[in-house]
Formats: sequence, C-alpha cells, structure tokens
Amino acid sequence: MTKQVKQLDRVIIRFAGDSGDGMQLTGDRFTAETAAFGNDLSTLPDFPAEIRAPAGTLHGVSSFQVHFADHDILTPGDKPDVLVAMNPAALRANVADLEPGATVIVDSHDFSTRNLTRAGYADNPLEDDSLDNFAVHQVDLTALTVEAVKEFGLSRKDSARAKNMFALGLVSWMYGRPTESTVEFLQTRFASKTELRDANITAFRTGWNFGETTEAFAVSYEIKPAVMRPGRYRNITGNLALAYGIIAAGQRSGLSVFLGSYPITPASDILHELSKHKRFGVTTFQAEDEISGIGAALGASFGGALGVTTTSGPGVALKSETIGLAVMLELPLLICDIQRGGPSTGLPTKTEQSDLLQAMFGRNGEAPVPIIAPRSPSDCFDAALEAVRIAVTYRTPVMLLSDGYLGNGSEPWRLPEVTELPDIEPAFATAGAEPFLPYARDPETLARPWAVPGTAGLEHRIGGLEKADRTGDISYDPANHDLMVRTRQAKVDRVAASIGPLEVDDPGSEHGQRARILVLGWGSTYGPIGAAVRRARRDGISVAQAHLRHLNPFPSDLGEVLRRYDRVVVPEMNLGQLALLIRAKYLVDVVGYNKVRGLPFGAAELADVIQGVAAELPAREG
Amino acid sequence: MTSIDLPTPDLRSDGLAGVPSTETPQTRKDFASDQEVRWCPGCGDYAVLAAVQGFLPELGLRRENIVFISGIGCAARFPYYLDTFGLHSIHGRAPTIATGLAVTRPDLSVWVVTGDGDALSIGGNHLIHALRRNVNMTILLFNNRIYGLTKGQYSPTSETGKVTKSTPMGSVDTPFNPISLALGAEATFVARTIDSDRVHLTSVLREAAAHRGSSLVEIYQNCPIFNDGAFDALKGGGREAAIIPLVHGEPITFGSEGEHGLRRDARTGAIDVVEVAELGAESLLVHDAHTDDPSLAFALSRLTDAGRINRAPVGIFRQVERPTYDDLARQQVTTARQTSGEGDLGALLSGRDTWTVA
Ligand code: SF4
Repeated sequence: MTKQVKQLDRVIIRFAGDSGDGMQLTGDRFTAETAAFGNDLSTLPDFPAEIRAPAGTLHGVSSFQVHFADHDILTPGDKPDVLVAMNPAALRANVADLEPGATVIVDSHDFSTRNLTRAGYADNPLEDDSLDNFAVHQVDLTALTVEAVKEFGLSRKDSARAKNMFALGLVSWMYGRPTESTVEFLQTRFASKTELRDANITAFRTGWNFGETTEAFAVSYEIKPAVMRPGRYRNITGNLALAYGIIAAGQRSGLSVFLGSYPITPASDILHELSKHKRFGVTTFQAEDEISGIGAALGASFGGALGVTTTSGPGVALKSETIGLAVMLELPLLICDIQRGGPSTGLPTKTEQSDLLQAMFGRNGEAPVPIIAPRSPSDCFDAALEAVRIAVTYRTPVMLLSDGYLGNGSEPWRLPEVTELPDIEPAFATAGAEPFLPYARDPETLARPWAVPGTAGLEHRIGGLEKADRTGDISYDPANHDLMVRTRQAKVDRVAASIGPLEVDDPGSEHGQRARILVLGWGSTYGPIGAAVRRARRDGISVAQAHLRHLNPFPSDLGEVLRRYDRVVVPEMNLGQLALLIRAKYLVDVVGYNKVRGLPFGAAELADVIQGVAAELPAREG
Repeated sequence: MTSIDLPTPDLRSDGLAGVPSTETPQTRKDFASDQEVRWCPGCGDYAVLAAVQGFLPELGLRRENIVFISGIGCAARFPYYLDTFGLHSIHGRAPTIATGLAVTRPDLSVWVVTGDGDALSIGGNHLIHALRRNVNMTILLFNNRIYGLTKGQYSPTSETGKVTKSTPMGSVDTPFNPISLALGAEATFVARTIDSDRVHLTSVLREAAAHRGSSLVEIYQNCPIFNDGAFDALKGGGREAAIIPLVHGEPITFGSEGEHGLRRDARTGAIDVVEVAELGAESLLVHDAHTDDPSLAFALSRLTDAGRINRAPVGIFRQVERPTYDDLARQQVTTARQTSGEGDLGALLSGRDTWTVA
C-alpha cells in the first residue's frame, strides 16, 4: 500500500501517560531522533512531583512535549498538533490544550469503567462525541505490544511496559525519524537484560511497521531539516548546560570546582552531573542541608577553589545568611537557583521566575549580589561562565537564576570552540613588601585581594563583623560602616562597566522607523517573547525586543533604551518583579503581563498581549 | 540501589600529614595577633588561648598553613587573636566551612572553635554530620553551659532547672552531654579537658591534632560573668574525688588516694563506682580508648553529672582510626583521573550524539 507523504514546516507532539509509563524517556528518544535528523527543536517535559502517584489518576500524568521544525524556533510550542495518550487520565489531562483538528493517538486498552472513573470520566470519551473535533486513532497499544514481544517470555507486566517503545516507533514512522540511535540506545540501556532489550527493540520496530502497514494511518509527514548556522551541534538541557558551564569555568580559570549541594527539585540533576566529572578536578559534596552546602562551598572559596552551590527557591531561603557572609567576606561564590513555583514548597516540578526579588533583596542589611539569568537551555552554559567571571573578578557571590523550564527543557546547541571560551583570571594575592591589607581594593573593580591560606605573609582574619576599610580589622566606627556599605554596593554597580550595551532587536531602527513598543524580558521567557514578537511583526505590528541577562546591575544604558519607547511591556512568570525594579530605578511605567501557572507562556498568548498594547497606542504625534 | 566496597586509602594516621612544616623555630609570640583580646576579665577563654598559643609552636607547622574557623559566641572571637589564617563566620556553621576547606586543601591544618550554643544548638546538625563524616579537623568545643555573648540565657548544656533571664522559673529542657552526643554521631576522637588545667589541655590538643579525622575536644570553660563556678568541683581542693581521669591502658581510679575505681559488669556493660580496697585492683576497669565498639566510651560519658557537675570523667574517651571523608573524596578524584585520564573539555561538551551543519 502506498502512503501519502505530506510536507509540514513544524509539528508539536505531546507524549502523555502515567508517571510509570516512561513518557520522559519516550520524549527524550524522539528528541534525539529529531536532533539527529536536523530539525530545530525545543522541548518541555512536565511531570508530577510525586515519584509514583497513584496509577491512572490525573495527578500521576507525566508528559513530554517536543516542537520541531524546518526553521529556527524558540519555544516548545503552545498547542500540540499530536497528542499521544497512554490512558484515560493522560487524555483527560491534556485534551483541553488541543486545537480542533489535532491528531489524538490513544491507547484504547485501559478504557475500563474503573480507569475512566479514576480519571474522572463519567462516560467513555472514545464512545461519545467529545472527541469529534479531533482525528482520533484508537489503537490497543498494550495488546499489540504484548503480542509482539511474547516470544521473549516476559511477564505480562513487563511485556506491557514496552508499549511506550511501540508508541515511539509508530510516531517515529509518522514523522520519518531516523531509528538507529534509539536501537543503539536500547542495546546499551538493557545490555545486561537481553530479554528486555529484545522486547523493547521489537516493540519499537513493530510500532514503526504498524504505522507503515495499517490502513488507519494513511499519511506520513516530512519536516525538512532546518537551516542552521554551520557548525557542530548537540541537543542539551539547561541543567546539563549549566553543569558543563561550571566545569568549563573551572577549566578556564584554573580553579578546582567544589560543589556543595543538597538534593532539591529541579536542581538535583546538576549535582548528579557534576559528581560524574571528577577527572576535571570537580569535587561534589552532598551536604546535610542547604546551609551546609553553601557553607562548604564558601569554605572552598576561602581556600582558593571555585565554590558553587546549586538549589531552588526554598534552598536559597536557607542559604541567605551565608550569602550575606560571602558579601561581607568578599569571596567568589556561585549560587545557582533553578526556580520553581513558590512560595514554600509550592510547585516543585513546575516552572516560575518568582525568585528575582529574593535574589536581589533576600538578605539582612545592604547585601548586594550580582544576578545573571540564562535565556534558553543552551544559554545556561554561557551564563555560568559569565557568572563565574563576575564572581572571580569582583570577589563576590553571584546568583544565577535558571528555572525548571530551562533546566529540564532542551534545544540544539552549537558547540563552542573550547579555546574561544572566555579566560577567567583568579589573580591570587601574593606577599609584597608592604604589610598585607586584606580589604585594600583594585581601583577599577573595587575587588579586594583573594589571599588564600598557605601564602606566607598573608595571614589574616576575616569574618561577618563589619570590616575596617583596607585593614579588614573589626570596626564599629559609624563613618567606616557607611563607607563599607557604600563600597560594597559600588563594587557590584561597577560590574555594569564590564558588560556591553543592551542588545535591542528593533528591525525598524535602521531606517529611522523605530518601533513604539518594546517587550522586555529576562530568563526563560526569551523563547515565548521572541516567538510572540515574530508573530506580531507578521501581523504588521512594529515591536522591539530586548532581553536582560544581567539583572543586577542592569546594563548601563537600560534607562535610556526604555525611554525610547512609548510602551514597555514586561511579561514575567511572577506578579511583576522585574517591573517593580524597573519602575523603582527608572521611573518608567512599564506594562506588566503576569501569569504564575507553573507553565511557560504561550507565543500566541503573548502575541495577543502585544496586539492589545498596540491597539491602545495613541496615534503617533506630528 | 547497589553499594560497593570502597578502596581503602592509605590510612594516614597523622592528622598533620601533608601540612608543610617549618625549620624556623617558633614561639608563643609568633601566634599572637596584633588584636587586643576582649573577653571579660577572668574568662576561661584566656587560659585556653594561652594554652593554644603555647602549644602551636610545638607542631612546627608553617603558620600560613593553619586556619582557625569559628561561628558566633564569645569563644568565636578566638581566631582574631591568633596570627594564622582565620575566619569568624556565622552562628553554628563553622563545621560546614571547615569541611569545604579541608576537602579542597589537604595542606592545611584546620581548626574549629565553637561553643555549647554554637555547636549544639543552632549548629547541632552540622556538628554531628562533620563527626560522622570524619573530616580531618580539630573541633574545640568551649562548654560554659550558658549563653555568654547574648548575656546569660540557658544553653543546651545547662542543667535542668537553670534560672536565667529567659527561664525565670527554671529551664525545663534536658541538657545534652556533648561527649555522648559525639559518640552517638560516630566520632572517631572524643575528649574532654578543663580550661584551667593547662598541662592536661595541652596533652589533649596534642593527641587531637595528631588524630586524622574529626577530633572533638570538649573544654569545660568557666564564664565568670553568667555562670561562675560551674566547674568548681573539678578545680581546686577536692578535685581528685570529682575528676575521673581517663588514660588509655590504665585502670580507672580516682580520689585523693586513688581509693575509688570503676568496674564494668561484663554482662550488662554497666559501669559502677567501687571502692578499690574492697574489690582489689585486678577487678578495675582498664580504659581502652582504641576499641572499635563505642559502648565503653559511651558508658563512661554517662558518669558525667547532668545537673550541677560534681563529678566528670576527663581525658580521651575514644580514639580510633577510620578513613576520613576528605581523604576518600580526594582519592575518588585521583582515581577518576588515573583510570580515565584528565578531563577533555571539548570531548565532554560534544557528548556522543552530535551532528554537523555545513
Ligand atoms: S560572657 Fe562569659 S564566656 Fe563570654 S567573654 Fe565574658 S566571661 Fe567569657
């Protein structure tokens, strides 16, 4: 039977199932196949906080969305074109996100009354008209899988568990994905369990063949590889890129990396990753608590290592006092906050960017700390290097604000040349003829000397009590305190001199037709904002985009940039934290757009916001 | 989850192995900083400072390779008065900072100075974890059974019923016995000494510094301002009957004539005080600080009065060898480099699945 092949420019697929159904793995594999094929892509894993929530319930639904295209894309996409649902709960939890006309592939095996009830369905959606707007493929994936792998003598349960690979095979056929990498992956993964290996590979291949032979699937699709900048690429998640950025910073500075960390979602992957790379001179310390994690990192920094701690918002709260100490000691330290929904325990597995003010102000006293935020998964690599550059150059703790969406999401990454990565110069103090002054300062950066134990002639005592200028002795002198508070602030402000002007993407500015609206963001909203700005421009709206990497201090020209526009729109996954800082500092009344749903913004949603702002703009004067 | 047998590192029994020494003779003065010492007159901290300054030259280490780290409290000012590297940190967290430093810098002699509030109240979690990990550091726990710096509230080692500013009707908490706590936390070196007994204090410091791993030294320290005389029974006349001296390999006796002794019930492990004349010297308990089983040391620690101290064992309760966290952690780095070579950043970044766009 010859099948039709249709050309598409982009597709969004969501795999959804129980948290035990292996949906994250299925999504990862599909992503790897897609990366190998050469599409641009962006992914969004979404999983419950419970490790194994009760099977078949809405709480237990885990999903993985992948958006891939023949052109450069910025987000994992708003509405899936295809939903693969492994049970009633997965269908119910995700169907509302579909546009009419979307394809639904559903494992019909588990639609018993009991399972329907568990998922909260009164009637079977496969039998009533509730799915009429969609192209529904009911396939008994479980039964087909069990049948396909019966020769391997697995238990029924183990046989059925290979159904995710059957589904992967089927979808891989639909979109013409290369299969070698998945077969190789399964061979390695189950190397020691040959029956499981063979069953999974067979399920995968049977799924593919099922697509090719069954009449139910009449069409397959082709999405041409994307045109991308020449170079070598790999796919990478934000947490992995961040771990690699830390290792690279260690290599480029010649400092050994010491990570002190306590497990916390969604940051633990960085601890796991760094613990694998001891041969890069990386030491990881799983501490007894968040406080100990940062304390040990600070101790390592005192000794001349690159001290790093990784956590999420609740952990930052516990580390605040030590961050304040690091401000006082003026030692390099990197604090990575992979933000999640808050307050308190909040939404551990969901994304949010509501720790900006905590990073900025969450300490007693005047305790300024530079803040850096990556804007995409692969950008976590560069952001880590930049954060370490600032920490080491200015002898200061630096906060890096990633989030769950960046940490777990992935995208293709054009590999950098190692030799072109920035150099970081620790410039340890050495003994001179003069008596050593631990709080003397570099006139340009205001950094104090990094004088590590073991250096003869530099013996000195530092601590959390206020320091006398230059000598670092304890001082209760009022004028000295005022001076030191201002100096610590001035030092952080000086960082602005080392960063370039804010990049503004304003297509009209070259022909004197500057846009009137600027959309300003920070962190992980870069993708959705960028996609929304493109849409708005397609609709004829003249809109500029700028994205902040440095949140403290801001780029020196930020105020000037803001004043060039009639409206500045600031979308944030919080209630307006950047907006608050901008209003306070520049007296520019920005328009906030704020949602805290634990999910990234959709491009269409933000495009609507831009439309709305544009519609309300008064006509240009003159 | 699987667990594996770790390769045994070379047991470096010397706590100072790897720390560079100096040929230049040192004196007490070399370790005194230029800062004016500001404890209250008569504070026990002076005696400890003098003993430490007097003892450090004996180690013959390069001064710049010695680091004192403290938390918050009266005792925490200690590092300012020593001309070594020093870090006066935040309340309770000194062991965490010391851990990061000790793991990354095997060439340093790391000391923690803490008090009963700092170590056992706000920093209790860090203390027990440092001890169980056996990070190579010496922890001097100044126990004055009171909060001094905050002006006289009861502490986690104060006796029940203690009347203080925050407990006008008497405290209702049961105190910690720091020695019992340390033993329960798997500490490998646990000792107690007294501020006023310089000779004993110095001998304990000597053993503690030589021990590879976490050494916990509880120092009974008098606070003349807020808890004066807390250890008077162990000082001056009558102290022979109050101090139970622990010396490894020696039968345990005390009293002015050595007339009291300890006997351990072989079946229950309980320890009784007995009269030597009645039972004979042969039946006395011989102290064994080196035995792996901590139950003897624990039973001895329980002879400490929990209320007002009229009797307490003093000396080294436990001194056993166990690989240290920092040696093991460093060894994993070395092993990783030996087996797979120095890391190659380019190869790491590429990973296994790359594609090229021409
Ligand atoms: S309050 Fe007590 S412990 Fe503190 S310095 Fe004064 S005497 Fe010493």
